[in-house]
Amino acid sequence: MNRWTVVCLVDDIPRLGARRVARERGLPVALFRGAGDSVHALLDRCPHRGGPLSQGIVCADGVACPLHNWTIGLADGCARAPDEGRTPTFACKVEDGKVLLDADELAHCALDLDAAAIGSCRHG
Amino acid sequence: MKKSKLVLVGNGMAGVRTLEELLKIAPDLYEITVFGAEPHPNYNRILLSPVLAGEQTVDEIILNPLSWYEDNGITLHTATRVDRIDRVRRRVIAADGSECGYDRLLLATGSKPFILPVPGRDLAGVIAYRDIADTRAMIDAATRYRHAVVIGGGLLGLEAANGLMRRGMQVTVVHLMPWLMERQLDDVAGRLLQQALEARGIRFRIGARTESLIPGDGGRVTAVRLQDGSEVPADLVVMAAGIQPNTALAEAAGIHCSRGIVVSDTLQTITDPRIYAVGECAAHRGIAYGLVAPLFEQGKVCATHLAQFGIGRYGGSQTSTKLKVTGIDLFSAGDFMGGQGREEIVLSDPYGGVYKKLVIEDDRLIGACMVGDTVDGAWYFKLLREGRKVHDIRDRLMFGESHIGDAGHEGHTRAAQMADGDEICGCNGVSKGAICKAIKDRGLFTLEEVRRHTKASASCGSCTGLVEQLLMFTAGGDYSATPRKKAMCGCTELSHQDVRDAIRSEQLLTIDGVYDRLGWRTPNGCASCRPAVNYYLISTWPRLARDDPQSRFVNERSHANIQKDGRYSVIPRMWGGETTADELRRIADAVDKYKIPTVKVTGGQRIDLLGVKKEDLPGVWKDIGMPSGHAYAKALRTVKTCVGSEWCRFGTQDSTQMGKDLERALWRMYAPHKVKLAVSGCPRNCAEAGIKDVGVIGVDSGWEIHVAGNGGIKTEVAQFLCKVKTAAEVLEYSGAFLQLYREQGWYLERTVHYVNRVGLDTVKALILDDAAGRKALWDRLQFSLDGEPDPWFEFEAAQVDLRQFRALAAPAAATEGA
Repeated sequence: MNRWTVVCLVDDIPRLGARRVARERGLPVALFRGAGDSVHALLDRCPHRGGPLSQGIVCADGVACPLHNWTIGLADGCARAPDEGRTPTFACKVEDGKVLLDADELAHCALDLDAAAIGSCRHG
Repeated sequence: MKKSKLVLVGNGMAGVRTLEELLKIAPDLYEITVFGAEPHPNYNRILLSPVLAGEQTVDEIILNPLSWYEDNGITLHTATRVDRIDRVRRRVIAADGSECGYDRLLLATGSKPFILPVPGRDLAGVIAYRDIADTRAMIDAATRYRHAVVIGGGLLGLEAANGLMRRGMQVTVVHLMPWLMERQLDDVAGRLLQQALEARGIRFRIGARTESLIPGDGGRVTAVRLQDGSEVPADLVVMAAGIQPNTALAEAAGIHCSRGIVVSDTLQTITDPRIYAVGECAAHRGIAYGLVAPLFEQGKVCATHLAQFGIGRYGGSQTSTKLKVTGIDLFSAGDFMGGQGREEIVLSDPYGGVYKKLVIEDDRLIGACMVGDTVDGAWYFKLLREGRKVHDIRDRLMFGESHIGDAGHEGHTRAAQMADGDEICGCNGVSKGAICKAIKDRGLFTLEEVRRHTKASASCGSCTGLVEQLLMFTAGGDYSATPRKKAMCGCTELSHQDVRDAIRSEQLLTIDGVYDRLGWRTPNGCASCRPAVNYYLISTWPRLARDDPQSRFVNERSHANIQKDGRYSVIPRMWGGETTADELRRIADAVDKYKIPTVKVTGGQRIDLLGVKKEDLPGVWKDIGMPSGHAYAKALRTVKTCVGSEWCRFGTQDSTQMGKDLERALWRMYAPHKVKLAVSGCPRNCAEAGIKDVGVIGVDSGWEIHVAGNGGIKTEVAQFLCKVKTAAEVLEYSGAFLQLYREQGWYLERTVHYVNRVGLDTVKALILDDAAGRKALWDRLQFSLDGEPDPWFEFEAAQVDLRQFRALAAPAAATEGA
């Protein structure tokens, strides 16, 4: 059972742009708007090095991560080949110009993933 | 809807590559059937020589295993030769009697070896060198016989000779022409090559004509008789005297052939538009290419037409040659024979086995031929393709790219001598071994493919030359990046210049307008082309074209630099690198208030506040109360200065004031890439003006202006533009140069690359020789910058979307009974 809840209006998201939805626990969820009124929701975290996807350049069906330019599919969260990896997707729908997310999914999904951190590191 | 039928005749590299390109862009358009005469799936024919030499196995050179055909729903008939094409009923008929109808037919029948018409050519033990079966026959002969003769001292013949020698045979090469590889090498290089091969134990009969092949007992060949009457013992004779396009099938079907199946720029046969031809069998503008890069380019163009996109034209290729004999370095490209009107630069060290010859005509490199030291082959080939004028680098040309500023990583210039574990790409940590493995395992052929799969050379690009070398000797000898113009990105065939020109000539004002008018393949472009097109619009039509923040990289949208953890850095502007106690106090207060973890002094004489949360950015800007430093933008960054005559006992000019004036005149200036300036007050040059986009150096009698320096990936020393007397002139000349760069540069091209592309002479002609033109450039720059907002304070005018600094709140989690 989905518990659909309005988080914003479609027009609160720039065309070919994104907004972040902060959660009480876990990383934010990124809402992406295409050239029209389609909206997709992904965890705001690139599967590569954890970059904030909400800050990337949005194209027709993907977003380019601002850190290393991986392209992540908006519909399935999958990295575009030959890169490999997937970021969790969230159920999302648009009704009467409003964007709805599933409150339960927001509260409980993908809580275990961390954001990227500063500090020295080796290539993974 | 019923799918159209596409039949490919010829299961080789060119044909299958075309299918791969087609499947990428139109995976469901055709029901595809492939006929191949050999019993194998598509393999890398270039690597037969390493197989013969025992360095690789047949399995290792398979490019498309049988499962690939299955996965893509392709019907494959191996070991099935197509005998006839019925163009009226649109069917192909195979030797085994099977038939297959087509809507489109692709011929990729390749070439066949030229067999000398001499008596004895049908004897057992006489073979050509073309496919896996020939290679296996040679490997088999090497285990049972002693003497081999290779007829033909070209690329293929020498590789065969080397392979047979490596397998223990006594090999003699019989070559009709006066020196080896006469079409790729000049006489000196040919003789050096012969010496190197003789040192390995191969014997040569140069200038010798084969008269007949003599049978022994049992009907197998036993010797080759030459025209001078002498005989060379031979249990195996390999005919490698050239190849010719395999056009018999096409000719029988009435398709016009002339040194190949004649095709147009769309790779359609000129006889029947339903029939296409690619690869070695096709003659395009009179040339049948036998190298892999042109075939792949043809495949790409052909695929777009098969996919009914109707775009793309094949304009011919330039080719280069490299010998795949391990341990012998040889490279040749272009027209390397001297002659009237041509100048030769030659380096010859016969004792060291090194010979290099460069041929120049009309100030352009037109040919290169090298033995022993081929490190710079890819670089010479690039110069040759681009047709760049070389007078400015002529004195160093012979010594290679490393002598004009590119030291490479750790000074490595020879990929072949590096160990597998050595790092090639320092940005992404990719070793030589990893790149070679990816090239082999995944069948990569182009730089672009290596970048996508391994990330090597995909960031800063300084290891590109090394990666190109690895491609050359891993993927095959004739790797050559042939397109004369580079497409902007995967969304279009057009180059940066094409798009710039169209925006101006057709007065395009919006990104959608550009995509629409120029036939973009994607509805909204991609992260590569959108920022570029946005820049071209606003730089071409200032105040008319409207900036699109959503087409800018995040840094230019948030007006701060994103860091690896998603937080930002803030660098306020300090005019000429000068600050005050008041500014420092505000900065210190902001650091405390917003708990900013790191404060760092930058190389550009400013202060960097690292680790600012995105939501805090507007507050930090307001509290600091200093202008945006644009450290996040493709724009004017800093004007670095020394203290100059005001304080310095050596100073001749007031460099600090000059720097401040330049910075105030140029700040908020967006450009194709970042722009850095410096002003020094005397020739000691403490501000390091010699490695800046514009470097100004004060001398007693005025100011020297240097342009197109770069302290980044490759250190490039700025070139002297001119000397002027007054500060006003410094502003006008520097501004005019930067406006020229803004109007003509390609997106992400630094000034050094821009000036290298158009030539310093062109720049000088426009800035120094044309006073009215210089003035106009300077006026246009001032017009563009007049009234430009400071994005840290004038949010509306700068189109800063403040919503980005606020997250939306998630609804509360479900509670019991909710």
